[in-house]
Amino acid sequence: MNPGPLSPGDAVAVLDADVPGHIRTPFYVRGKRGVIERAVGRFRNPEELAYGRSGEPKRMLYRVRFAQAEVWPDYQGPGVDTVDVDLYEHWLRKV
Amino acid sequence: MHIGHDHPHAHGEAGAIDPHAPQQDHDDTLDYYRKLEIAVRELLIEKNVLTADEVRRTVENYDSRTPEGGARVVARAWVDPAFKALLLEDATAACESLGFDMNVFDVKLTVVENTPQVHNVIVCTLCSCYPRMLLGMPPAWYKSRAYRARLVREPRAVLGEFGTVLPDEVAVRVHDSTADLRYIVLPMRPEGSEHLSEAELAQLVSRDSMVGVTVLPAVQG
Repeated sequence: MNPGPLSPGDAVAVLDADVPGHIRTPFYVRGKRGVIERAVGRFRNPEELAYGRSGEPKRMLYRVRFAQAEVWPDYQGPGVDTVDVDLYEHWLRKV
Repeated sequence: MHIGHDHPHAHGEAGAIDPHAPQQDHDDTLDYYRKLEIAVRELLIEKNVLTADEVRRTVENYDSRTPEGGARVVARAWVDPAFKALLLEDATAACESLGFDMNVFDVKLTVVENTPQVHNVIVCTLCSCYPRMLLGMPPAWYKSRAYRARLVREPRAVLGEFGTVLPDEVAVRVHDSTADLRYIVLPMRPEGSEHLSEAELAQLVSRDSMVGVTVLPAVQG
């Protein structure tokens, strides 16, 4: 899946998938909603590189900002706290 | 009994600890991963993919990086607004302009700036990604499961254990280095440091402040 180009401020959700392999999307943000902070650039896909393949075509990498209260419903700190995670386009869908 | 040596155990006794025994060098333990590394390295050299000298030079390049490198970059950013702007926009170019060789690292260095409103702190929950090009090898706690699991879950509690207590109005912004970026924090310039030179400023910048687990204390008059 590819959500198409995303821009800073776009609301996204992380796919709630449990796929085998060398996955860089941490479990704690799967299924969570965040906001695109910036588009970082295109990189070879680490999920492919890990198995000796080319990693091509390159995938767009985004920095996605999540409110801690969204990631952890029982988060104890103030509402201003966030966590930024670097995620590849094929893990995101626009909401 | 010798003078100054009157502890009550007999030397050589089973279970006794000899305070003068040479320190054990644990670096010679041939465990699974060490054997694997040696086997792969020797194969690559045997098949002419790498030379032993290339391996040595790369290890020496990594070993030559220390937090003083990061401190030099931070101090320059504090005194030179144009450098700071470049650092935030393209950290690789900024560091190269100070003479750092950034080519050996196949990742994108990214600087996040602390402000009175935002405190940044870095972690790699998946492994141990760290801005090695500017800080050298990560400390053991950075690689520990406890730090990696807890920093994203309860960052203010972890910061508190480092002595860093931030007011609720300051947003704590955790950066999880999950992909091709390596984060480093640009700490706020300490209060009372206005009269210091760039070299003196660099002396104030601690490794932990560039990971974001501490803030730099005010300089006493």
